[in-house]
Amino acid sequence: MTAVSEVSSHAISRARWRPAEIAFWVLAASCAFLFPSRYLIMTDIVRLALFTLSLDLILGYAGIVSLGHAAFFGVGAYSAGLLALHGIINEPVIALIAAGLIAMALGFLTSFLVIRGVDLTRLMVTLGIALLLEALAERFSNITGGTDGLQGIEMAPILGLFPFDMFGKTGFFYSLTVLFLLFLLARRIVNSPFGLSLRAIKNNPLRASAIGVPVNRRLIAIYTVAAFYAGIAGALFTQTTALASLDVFSFERSADLMLVLVIGGTGYLYGGLIGAVVFKMLQELFQTLTPQYWMFWIGLVLVVIVLVGRERIHRWVLWAPNLFIRQVFGRKAVVAVPGNDPS
Amino acid sequence: MTTLFTILFDGVAYGMLLFVLACGLAVTLGLMNFVNLAHGAFAMAGGYICAVLVNNSGWPFFAALPLAFVSAALIGVVLERTLYRHLYTRSHLDQVLFTIGLTFMSVAAVDYIMGSSRIFIKLPAALEGQFDFFGVGIGRYRLMIIVICGLLTVALQLILAKTRFGSRLRAAVDDPRAASGLGINVPQVFAFTFAFGCGLAGLGGALSAEILGLDPYFPLKFMIYFLIVVTVGGSSSITGPFLASLLLGIGDVAGKYYVPKMGPFVIYTIMIVILIWRPNGLFGRTAAR
Repeated sequence: MTAVSEVSSHAISRARWRPAEIAFWVLAASCAFLFPSRYLIMTDIVRLALFTLSLDLILGYAGIVSLGHAAFFGVGAYSAGLLALHGIINEPVIALIAAGLIAMALGFLTSFLVIRGVDLTRLMVTLGIALLLEALAERFSNITGGTDGLQGIEMAPILGLFPFDMFGKTGFFYSLTVLFLLFLLARRIVNSPFGLSLRAIKNNPLRASAIGVPVNRRLIAIYTVAAFYAGIAGALFTQTTALASLDVFSFERSADLMLVLVIGGTGYLYGGLIGAVVFKMLQELFQTLTPQYWMFWIGLVLVVIVLVGRERIHRWVLWAPNLFIRQVFGRKAVVAVPGNDPS
Repeated sequence: MTTLFTILFDGVAYGMLLFVLACGLAVTLGLMNFVNLAHGAFAMAGGYICAVLVNNSGWPFFAALPLAFVSAALIGVVLERTLYRHLYTRSHLDQVLFTIGLTFMSVAAVDYIMGSSRIFIKLPAALEGQFDFFGVGIGRYRLMIIVICGLLTVALQLILAKTRFGSRLRAAVDDPRAASGLGINVPQVFAFTFAFGCGLAGLGGALSAEILGLDPYFPLKFMIYFLIVVTVGGSSSITGPFLASLLLGIGDVAGKYYVPKMGPFVIYTIMIVILIWRPNGLFGRTAAR
């Protein structure tokens, strides 16, 4: 077997749908029928999952540490809000894509700044861009509504068929569908040769460029795609909550996002989705325990995760399922979270 | 013309303050290559300790300042020995996550203990008001800041350049392995430096309550400023961060005076442009090795 066919058969076997994945999505869809009274929080989770998926694409697959991913979320949110508010595009799906494309354009432009320099510079530049946009949104408060946010957004029915209801049922199914479609796309991307080359870049940029991977172009491409995803997540936020305010750009949003991804684990796409569920549950729990000071517990979770070690935690979590699979099916266990630390 | 001088004066005071706040970070981030986003938390600790001592226990302001330094340094050394130490060799992502977590915890903890409103430190009467110097209004408090911070800067420069400890630190930073081979206790040097940087931040926090405003969100609000000082200034010496803080201080004050509507926009734009132009800082060799 030649090396090329070995690589391709390996890649194809990795790209195959596993039973666990199908079970995951069936479970996600059935949540809609299991908890009919909790649509709002579930929509929140789905939105966060999509946003985290976007960060996973650049952090988990390309190793770009970003502290300002909320920039694209915010741009998507405001674009969707303004498009609906001024009646430019009334149809939510088209508006969603338009907002995503606007965020994508911004992602493309800023990617040139981000690929330069080392980790530290990247941190600063991404953080700076998010803060810059927040300052801009505050400055042009006649357009963005300033600290009050955009108000009075009226959403048209989706595809002209499904109006948004006040219990958030439509919003939830809409968000879940968008998440699923974009997840399929992301899955396709990361399992393609393009995705494999990204992993090569993450592991060692120098070696990747030595075997002929155009490092900068690949990074620009994935950063742009991730910006599109984040923009869509932001647009979903505006469309399902009918508001957009300055805090879409806030640093806390970007920091929380990292926590979500770290809880779920980087570099296997489901990390964002699982992390979003766990994070929202934790948030609910802490907010009922100490309404005002839940930030403390979130911080503690971060500190503990880092001190214990992310890999070790994922090994512990996967220990029981792996044992189960080994005993029952007698085959090799699920691979623990793959990948090395992006550093 | 006099407004120009006043802006310059206020800007210099502001910049000096930023330098004292951030120069500890210049060492950890610039020299030890550790991304410490929680640096502002130490400054906040110093500021709050000073406020409690002066307002509640009736200490004189100038006696509380050294204590702010000492207590912040103590907190720093305890955290360094127990937590930070384990993270020196970890990836930047881990360091970022860890220090963001610490920052969140400090914000919530201070909010819980001290309340969420801004606090003020009672200043001695000698420091209030301003006097006229050839038509330029000079704030007494700001003048004091310039004097204190100027002296500190000179002292730091001398320590780094002339003393045995300074040369040990420079050796440890240049090549930790070779330095420890020469019998330099590298972890000890780093711990001491870290504590000293935290102490300076604490002192800066105490001094800044009057100018920057001290509330539980201080570490988050000024994190970007500290990072700007270090990344723009580079880390080859403390001159770089010093000049960067002065630039940042003057730029920020002038920006707020001349184009108040643009807010912090000017600063962020300048920062991004500089980082694109010189990724390693204006005055520096590489910030990350």
